[in-house]
Amino acid sequence: MSSTATRSPEVAAAGRLDARIPPGPVAEKWDQHRFDLKLVNPANKRRFEVIVVGTGLAGAAAAASLGELGYRVKAFCFQDSPRRAHSIAAQGGINAAKNYRNDGDSVWRLFYDTVKGGDYRSREANVYRLAQLSVDIIDQCAAQGVPFAREYGGLLDTRSFGGAQVSRTFYARGQTGQQLLLGAYQALARQIHLGTVAMYPRTEMLDVVVHDGRAVGIVVRDLVTGEVSSHSAHAVVLATGGYSNVYFLSTNAKGCNVTAIWRAHRKGALMANPCFTQIHPTCIPASDDFQSKLTLMSESLRNDGRIWVPADAGDTRSPDAIPEADRDYYLERRYPAFGNLVPRDVASRASKHEVDAERGVGPRRNGVYLDFSDAIGRLGRSVIEERYGNLCQMYERITGDDPYAVPMRIYPAPHYTMGGLWVDYDLMSTIPGLFVLGEANFSDHGANRLGASALMQGLADGYFVLPATISGYLAPLLGQAPVPADHESFQSAEREVNDRVEALLAVNGSCSVDWFHRELGRIMWDYCGMERSAETLDKALGEIPALREEFHRDVRVPGSAATLNQSLEKAGRVADLFEFAELLCVDARHREESCGGHFRVEHQTDEGEALRDDERFAYVAAWGFEGVGAEPTLHREPLAFEDVALAQRSYK
Amino acid sequence: MNVSLRVWRQDGPDDEGRFEDHAVDGVSADMSFLELLDVLNERLIAAGKEPVAFDHDCREGICGSCSLMIDGRAHGPELGTATCQLHMRKFPDGARIVVEPWRAAAFPVLRDLVVDRSAFDRIVEAGGYITAPTGSAPEANMTRVPKEAADAAMDAAACIGCGACVAACPNRAGQLFTAAKIAHLGLLPQGQPERDQRVLAMVDQMEDLFGSCTNHGECEAACPKEISIDFIALMNRDYLSAKFRNRKLAGRR
Repeated sequence: MSSTATRSPEVAAAGRLDARIPPGPVAEKWDQHRFDLKLVNPANKRRFEVIVVGTGLAGAAAAASLGELGYRVKAFCFQDSPRRAHSIAAQGGINAAKNYRNDGDSVWRLFYDTVKGGDYRSREANVYRLAQLSVDIIDQCAAQGVPFAREYGGLLDTRSFGGAQVSRTFYARGQTGQQLLLGAYQALARQIHLGTVAMYPRTEMLDVVVHDGRAVGIVVRDLVTGEVSSHSAHAVVLATGGYSNVYFLSTNAKGCNVTAIWRAHRKGALMANPCFTQIHPTCIPASDDFQSKLTLMSESLRNDGRIWVPADAGDTRSPDAIPEADRDYYLERRYPAFGNLVPRDVASRASKHEVDAERGVGPRRNGVYLDFSDAIGRLGRSVIEERYGNLCQMYERITGDDPYAVPMRIYPAPHYTMGGLWVDYDLMSTIPGLFVLGEANFSDHGANRLGASALMQGLADGYFVLPATISGYLAPLLGQAPVPADHESFQSAEREVNDRVEALLAVNGSCSVDWFHRELGRIMWDYCGMERSAETLDKALGEIPALREEFHRDVRVPGSAATLNQSLEKAGRVADLFEFAELLCVDARHREESCGGHFRVEHQTDEGEALRDDERFAYVAAWGFEGVGAEPTLHREPLAFEDVALAQRSYK
Repeated sequence: MNVSLRVWRQDGPDDEGRFEDHAVDGVSADMSFLELLDVLNERLIAAGKEPVAFDHDCREGICGSCSLMIDGRAHGPELGTATCQLHMRKFPDGARIVVEPWRAAAFPVLRDLVVDRSAFDRIVEAGGYITAPTGSAPEANMTRVPKEAADAAMDAAACIGCGACVAACPNRAGQLFTAAKIAHLGLLPQGQPERDQRVLAMVDQMEDLFGSCTNHGECEAACPKEISIDFIALMNRDYLSAKFRNRKLAGRR
């Protein structure tokens, strides 16, 4: 299977990847490239079929836009409606270089902030394009009727976010992701109505089909009837999100999984920088051992909330009984320039240090305070309510505490994954015809994503990048019919899927899927979480394969394959997470430096900040699959920084 | 704490279904209701039985996947709260809790507590959008939107499409969902050109799939996002005026 990777044109003999970045100045690359791309004329577009897997911001935007262009699209999601994809849970906002505030923002500044925020491990050309497209996204979404927050004059309002000193984040209360997704979903619904997109909800992709070195379709399972079937097309687009659920407890929805991109990886698509995981600083701490997920409290709260812990370890007084003098506002103390608005990776590690130093708060001493009392005193409760009302309500529901009266307790949790399938400038993976969008690819955020940039990237990829670049791939295929869905390559993929399903049901062991998933998550959090070292990673690499083998020997999946069977769905996803977790740790072990969300304790400055090694590691590590448990092959894409000078990040 | 659950079990759409009783002990007050079901399921699996199927995903009250009639109330006893955000501290120790799926002809049961809510998607597909093909949008600040209009649109757009309004309605009417979507788009300047055709198409589709509204108001009480029933009045007014208005002349007013 892995032979596909070596056949594809992007992988040169020396294992160095060519991202096919267009020549010319960074600011002109995208325009020039769009001109150079081959086009498909309007009448011919209907002769092409495209499969889109996933209907979050990237997938729904892509499916809708491709449908508008006239392509025949099939869209798939495992949820019961495309409107429920996990983009919907994004809270805080979406960045755009509109400079409506006249505060010095520009495309260049958003580009610079994103490259710096990503700790110089992203691809400059992609990031510049993202910053350019950010302004078009806001226009597009406003035209669709996304109810962005407005000033009294009727113009768009913005707020500040971590890692930036300008106010460029557009928002819709604390539900920006929901509103942007509903916009994309409505555009998709219009195309479904017009017949350009066929929608398949409650349908899970379980394999990519590769024929003659190209992606030609997918194998899916109908989650209601259990039926396994094949769909063929001229191109396949994966927009299936991230893999934070490898930690079991994360801010992701319970259904989020790695299966689609892992199956593509097994068929030859390289997996890039999987160790770049983002641990979000502001989540509600776990309350008991039954915790099934962690809930994010938007980073936007750091605009008005101040983070502190008691200055003395073991101070158990209630927060209102602790006077100013006995509090340590540690972010403001350590990072005076950015204060509570330092990037996520910096804020997360700082709170870990406080909790590790026994200065944690709450019944389990596993959090830090996020305190609104200053802001309420300055602005009044009604202003805070208007800005964060739904978040405060959510906090109250979960903890039983009133955040207007008692400071919130927060702690970091796995949230976003910067790594993903390797893609070139056109967002095509190393399997020709397989495109990857949004969080599922690796391209734009380097080692750390700035707040309010995920929505920007998902929509840029879906609305603007893919609809332009896919024509370059499709145009030369004019006149070729898709490989029929009953072709032998589909039949053998279906057989493999059915065999996997049957094998999981046949084990009939003693432990549930969730039990294994929790154990895997514990290994990942303890050994490959906010801080990693060679020693902890070696432990993880010893324990994961052993637990994976135990899973296949002793998992209990009740029920049958011919019905709605949620245990079976989970079992397939956890089986893939096991294989993926090992690669994540291999990548973390390999990257002997600290950067962004990847913090190796061996590599830090005297002040405990991440210490990069640009001499040795200024590259994308893209891994090729060689078999379960086998050493993956490493391909490198060197990163050149021509427009943003490499520097040690400083937010002091 | 300890609770006993009476849970609806149904093997498939054609099975007639039945209740099953389960005692669950060692429940933590900080658990969510769905985590209670997780614990029940773990114990069922350990006992060699099939777990209870239920829809859930984000578990933070925004995706709208979770449902459940809990003691006859959609999303349970706490107002303005989806089941995933409902915590066991809201129940007394020893509570006996009845758990059922949404019951509505438009939402057929697929298995246990899982229902098919795709009827909502049909309503949106009928016209619940503003036509704005990618790339065609003008500069965003060209269209000023009065803050009050944006805020009211957002109040309506907060709908998560969970279906509690339908499940709570004695008539199984889809008015609150449909009205929220129509108001979200119809209150904004961008939504004006298609306002009439939108309300006509969506209401007609809704009438095909759901029961009729007779102003019980149960929908508003059950809504986890506390969407106002006023939007239904707005929808009815829009529907009526759309029937009378001649859109060909709209540009002259």
